Amino acid sequence: MSIFADRATRLVVQGITGRDGSFHTRQMVEYGTNVVAGVTPGKGGLRFDDKVPVYNTVAEAVRETGANASVIYVPPVGAAGAMYEAADAGVRLIVCITEGVPVMDMTRVLPFVRARGARLIGPNCPGLITPGEAKVGIIPGNICAPGRVGIVSRSGTLTYEIVNHLTRAGIGQSTCVGIGGDPLIGTNFIDVLRAFQDDPDTDVIVLMGEIGGTDEQMAAEFVRQSVTKPVIGFIAGQTAPKGRRMGHAGAIISGSSGTAEEKIAAFEGAGFGIMKRPLDVVELVKARL
Amino acid sequence: MNIHEYQARALLKAAGVPMFDGDVASTPTEAEAIARRLGGTVVVKAQVHTGGRGKAGGVKLAANPAEAADVASRILGMSINGLTVHKVLVVPAADIATEAYVGLIMDRETQRPVFMVSPAGGIDIEEVAATAPEKILRLPVDPVYGLLPHHAYTLAFFLYREFAHVKAAARIVEQLYRVFTENGASLAEINPLVTTADGRVLALDAKVTVDDNELDRRPDLALLRDESAENPAEVAARRANLTFIKLDGNVGCVVNGAGLAMATMDLVKYYGGDPANFLDIGGSSNPDKVVAALRIITSDPRVKAILFNIFGGITRTDDVANGIRTALEQFPVKVPIVVRLTGTNEAEAVQILTGIGMKALSDMDEAVRQVVAAAKEAA
Repeated sequence: MSIFADRATRLVVQGITGRDGSFHTRQMVEYGTNVVAGVTPGKGGLRFDDKVPVYNTVAEAVRETGANASVIYVPPVGAAGAMYEAADAGVRLIVCITEGVPVMDMTRVLPFVRARGARLIGPNCPGLITPGEAKVGIIPGNICAPGRVGIVSRSGTLTYEIVNHLTRAGIGQSTCVGIGGDPLIGTNFIDVLRAFQDDPDTDVIVLMGEIGGTDEQMAAEFVRQSVTKPVIGFIAGQTAPKGRRMGHAGAIISGSSGTAEEKIAAFEGAGFGIMKRPLDVVELVKARL
Repeated sequence: MNIHEYQARALLKAAGVPMFDGDVASTPTEAEAIARRLGGTVVVKAQVHTGGRGKAGGVKLAANPAEAADVASRILGMSINGLTVHKVLVVPAADIATEAYVGLIMDRETQRPVFMVSPAGGIDIEEVAATAPEKILRLPVDPVYGLLPHHAYTLAFFLYREFAHVKAAARIVEQLYRVFTENGASLAEINPLVTTADGRVLALDAKVTVDDNELDRRPDLALLRDESAENPAEVAARRANLTFIKLDGNVGCVVNGAGLAMATMDLVKYYGGDPANFLDIGGSSNPDKVVAALRIITSDPRVKAILFNIFGGITRTDDVANGIRTALEQFPVKVPIVVRLTGTNEAEAVQILTGIGMKALSDMDEAVRQVVAAAKEAA
């Protein structure tokens, strides 16, 4: 088992004929993901790479192929529209890779998606991968291996670094979820922690946070109360200056809140194993498996 | 994106928020003319993207037009927290009875715009929040319905007792909400909102921060960016589509991905070094970006060694290696470069670097240890 995506995932790719969409669709197909459809308005009736049927709307794709999950690779101006459309079409899981979605759009998208019972991951995220079963997004499949460590992170390449350390040490992963670096996102740490806690195939959880906001502090409180599995934590941005946006729109210390120190203190208070550097993940996980 | 006070005033004015007349000047002569038009005592205020303008001497009273010119000549060109003042705002000195705070922020926790208002205005709202939280009313707004009339009145009644003031303030919070949503702001603030002896309610100072993600679809807002108010290296980086933030250390860093870039800086510190910058070359690789990154980093004489830390996913490591080769052909880099790369097209990348006599490491910790040692040796 795993969380959010597995062999039963039937994926529709929104923006399948675009530059990023087509590149990553090939990678997902190659990994073994069940990509059942693509959507590009005006290109309905085509077949992507002579194989995946392309539709004009998500509703049509769902009706014709039974798609139950969507991944979005459309430019920022169209991203909100793509999320509304996926939720309206009844897709259960929506993963928005797009970086640069206006935050004001997300204030309306989030309640819309929730009201229709869908789970949104992102935007501005690398997506998720259940090694050996399904890859929804852009996490490189070759660095992952099936196993029993659940990973949740606000970043992309930093996640790859950690996963790579684990895989090379012979430690596999149940599911790796990148929740995204924006201030307003569909799925937060707590949502993923709850899923890993309930997943019988996850034994240890690795959580990678960063400066900015209070998501990590709330995650620590949730772990203290409701998570019995061991959790290992990392915070990026210990050397970041205050008041500056560190690449991710959400990675900013505002005033005196959102610092690495307060987040690490919250992790310690909740009994997390603390990674001082990415490499530490191996020993910390080994000690808890 | 930060915009200047005079630009924020224009956005508020367009929404109908009442405020004192005033204008912006780039020269003492212009300041004098504005003061003459306004009549009476004026305040001359430095327009820079930093707090503490008053303490730094960037906000001064002038009793007449000649004095306004004199004060403006002293403020224009001065440096406040490292930023040069190019413009001043000239407004009438107000006869103020009370000062309140009205702010609207995009709140991550509620995922909504949240109003924060306080009758204790004119001072740092974070300080009020820390010392007298009961003096602040927080009110999240459902973005689907917008600010409802009774919400506007709830906020206004928290600020004022006199009903004339309450009515005026209720209208102002509605106008501020419109400024916030229509301009894709992450912050919109009136501090202070004042009452005058003759019973008016006016915005005295305004601050608006626009979500960077709005700028592509709102060229009118993008025009408000004042590049002369920013660090030149950061401006050059933005033009090259790089995210760059200058720091004080001597180890230059070029990384792909924001999280890994932060973790790289942290690891430099962990091994006893001091990062010179945050730099994210982004997801899609392009050799030109690497050239621009090296040009920006090497323009700082304090940088004693440079680290590349690339985890190839979408980023092709051979593109990065090509960028390094091209840069070294175009201009001399006099400090040692340590390259760590792994992932997509790693073998090709190693071959390119070997061809120009450079080594490529695959381990992040080893690379950071080496670059810290190199920087120490050169320092």
